[in-house]
Order: sequence, then C-alpha cells, then structure tokens
Amino acid sequence: MQLNKLFSAVMLFGMYSLLSAALFVSLDAVDVALTEASVGAGIATILMLGALSLTTNRQRQISWKRRLPAALVTVAIGVLLLYGLSDLPVFGDPAAPAFKHVYPRYAFESPHEIGIPNMVTSVLASYRGYDTLGEVTVIFTAAVAVATLMGHGSDTRSFSGEGMEHHLILRINAKLLLPMILLFALYVQFHGDYGPGGGFQAGVIFAAGFILYGLVFGMSTIREVAPPKIIRILCAAGLGLYLLVGLCGMLLGGNFLDYNVLAHHPVHGQHIGIMLIELGVGTTVAASMIGLFYAYAEHEHRQ
Amino acid sequence: MIDFGNIIYWVVVFLMMTGLYLVLASGNLIKKVVGLNIFQSSVFILYISLGKIAGGTAPIFAEGIERYANPLPHVLILTAIVVGVATTAVALALAVRIYAVYGSVEEADIEKQEVDAD
Repeated sequence: MQLNKLFSAVMLFGMYSLLSAALFVSLDAVDVALTEASVGAGIATILMLGALSLTTNRQRQISWKRRLPAALVTVAIGVLLLYGLSDLPVFGDPAAPAFKHVYPRYAFESPHEIGIPNMVTSVLASYRGYDTLGEVTVIFTAAVAVATLMGHGSDTRSFSGEGMEHHLILRINAKLLLPMILLFALYVQFHGDYGPGGGFQAGVIFAAGFILYGLVFGMSTIREVAPPKIIRILCAAGLGLYLLVGLCGMLLGGNFLDYNVLAHHPVHGQHIGIMLIELGVGTTVAASMIGLFYAYAEHEHRQ
Repeated sequence: MIDFGNIIYWVVVFLMMTGLYLVLASGNLIKKVVGLNIFQSSVFILYISLGKIAGGTAPIFAEGIERYANPLPHVLILTAIVVGVATTAVALALAVRIYAVYGSVEEADIEKQEVDAD
C-alpha cells in the first residue's frame, strides 16, 4: 500500500495508536493505555496534522533503487531479531527475571510502605521519583526547543478568529464536551493514587480540552482563556514545584525527593509528596502540550 | 518453530522493522518521523509484554488478589509516551523550518539544492 497523501498516513497512525491502547489494556497496563489513548490518538495526531498544514501534504514516489537496499537491510535485521527471540522468557511466565529483584517490593510492600493502592503511581512518584524528574525536564526542554524553533507567538498581536464556529454541530458538541473533558482531567489527576491515572495522563487530557476549544472557537478566543505568557510561566512552575518538593525533603533532614520526612508519619509524608509531585507533573505536561499547540497553530500567521 | 505463546514478540519485531523500513526507504522527513514513532511504539509493546504475568491483573492493590503485573515497565513506558510526543514535536518543528528554507521536505530536493549552491 503506497500512500501518496501524507494525510492518510497520519490518520492511519492515529488509529494505530488507539488500537495499541486497547492492546495495553489487555496486557494489564491500564495507566499506559490511558496515556497512549490521550497522547497518540489526540495530541500526536494534531501535531502531525499541524506540521502537514505548514509544509506539504504530498510526497514523492520512492524509487526501487532506494527501496530495495532498505528492504534487504530491514529483513536481515528482522531475521536476526527473530533468532534472538528464542532467548526471551515465555510470555507471562511468573518465573521470568522481570518478576525477581525489585518486583516483590513494588507489588507486595508498596501498598503498606507508600500507602496507596496504585503501584504505578507509587513507583512513578516515589520509588523512582528521580527518573520522573528527568522525564519532566525532557518535556520542558522539548517545549522550550519548539518555542525557539517556531517562535512562541507575540503576546500583544491579535489574530483573526478563524475557528469553526459556523459549524453548528461542532460548536454545540464542543461546548457539551469541554466541561466533561476538563472534569475528567481533574479526576484523573487527583484519583491517580487509587485508580489508573496521574499527572502525565491528566496533563495531556487537560491540554486536549484546551486544544479542542482552540480548534473550534479560533486562536484569538483561546488566547484570552489561556494567555501564552501564563502558559509559559506554568510550564516552568510545574517543574519548579517538583524540584521544590525534592529540596524540602533535604531541608527537613532526608534525602532529595525523600517524602518520609514531610510529615510526622512516613505514610502521610508519602501522600503529601506524591500529590505535590503529580500536581507539578500535570502542570508542566498540560502547559507544554498547550504551548506546542500554540507554536504550530500560530507559526503560519507570522510568515 | 513458531511458538504461539510468544507471538506478541513476533508482532514487536514486525512493527520495529516496519518503522525501520519507513525511516530508511522514505525520503520524506515527515514520513520518517511517522516511522520513528512506529519503531518507538514497538519498544513500548515489548516492555509492557515483559511486565505481563499469566493470571495476573492490573497493578492496583485490591483485597484477595495475589498476582499483579510488573508496575515498573508501566512507569517507564507511560513517561516515555509523553516524552515521545514532545520530542516528535521538536522533530516536526525542524521539518517545518527546513520547509521554510528549502521549500521541500524531500531529502532529494534538499540535497540537490545544497549541491547546486556549492
């Protein structure tokens, strides 16, 4: 199948993301599925469509001279990888190396040690909080990089509102959906300790709500609701909150990102620490995604 | 011998090679980014499938459940998905800037203009 219009390739990629989210549910990875569904089928597809609208929808036919070596290399590497598969543990084997070492502590001690049922949140925000700090920094850096490459949009200039307000069905559906999307984002943010969810998913869902609003009601309207200046500040503020919680642990006599010292009882300290960390993650992720959308949506106007 | 219990690993290799082929064969920069994303998602599926335990359930504590999937790969991958979309945005921004300078996102056109300029 040769897709000459890149548009179809991008739309197929969005559907592929949604399907892989379903696969993650069947593999018991509900947190991952929630992330993949909101990121892959929502934000990533919008960004790719934005890039297409700023470049071109057409692509050139690929010559056989180029396809043949690529196919040969791919098949050769594929065969080697399939040969290597024989060394992997059997799918779902409880004796596999993945279920030794740190796994028993995460799976059986974290509900008592950290005090929250969702082990993914415990590992993300507490046991491996230092890793997560790195990931949030990467997202922040990427948002800064895109703003540097594309321009972050002027704060004063007004944009001609060219949303899709004249589409009655779109407008009414968007108005009906918006409060529910934002409410669901808040639920995912603050219920992440007990069910699937957390700062990453909530941030993306929150941003998706804003992007829907911007697409339907036009850029000038969304800029009044969420001014780019505020978004830029929030993007840094989330990461700052994360670092501050880490430093608080140090000031109170513990290690960096040690929440046990934040309250009299270690489990209470963990609760406070995880809630603040997730809030920082959610803020940075939501602001970064909205900032990325601004960069792509406003680039065209500035040329 | 094809072991059907491990068929998910075959799917991972197939997706990985699809992504690699797109990156190698395609001359269009945006198509290459799509290829990289497919490659990336195959790694996600590999990690999550290694965390699956037979007869287990999602890693959320509940009374009377003895077996949970490994939460560690879930953490690594859910952050990687969000990081992935942010880095994809950087790659696409570079493609947009390249288009602004060269008027094309095809490698062949860009190379030709570079050769002509020398």
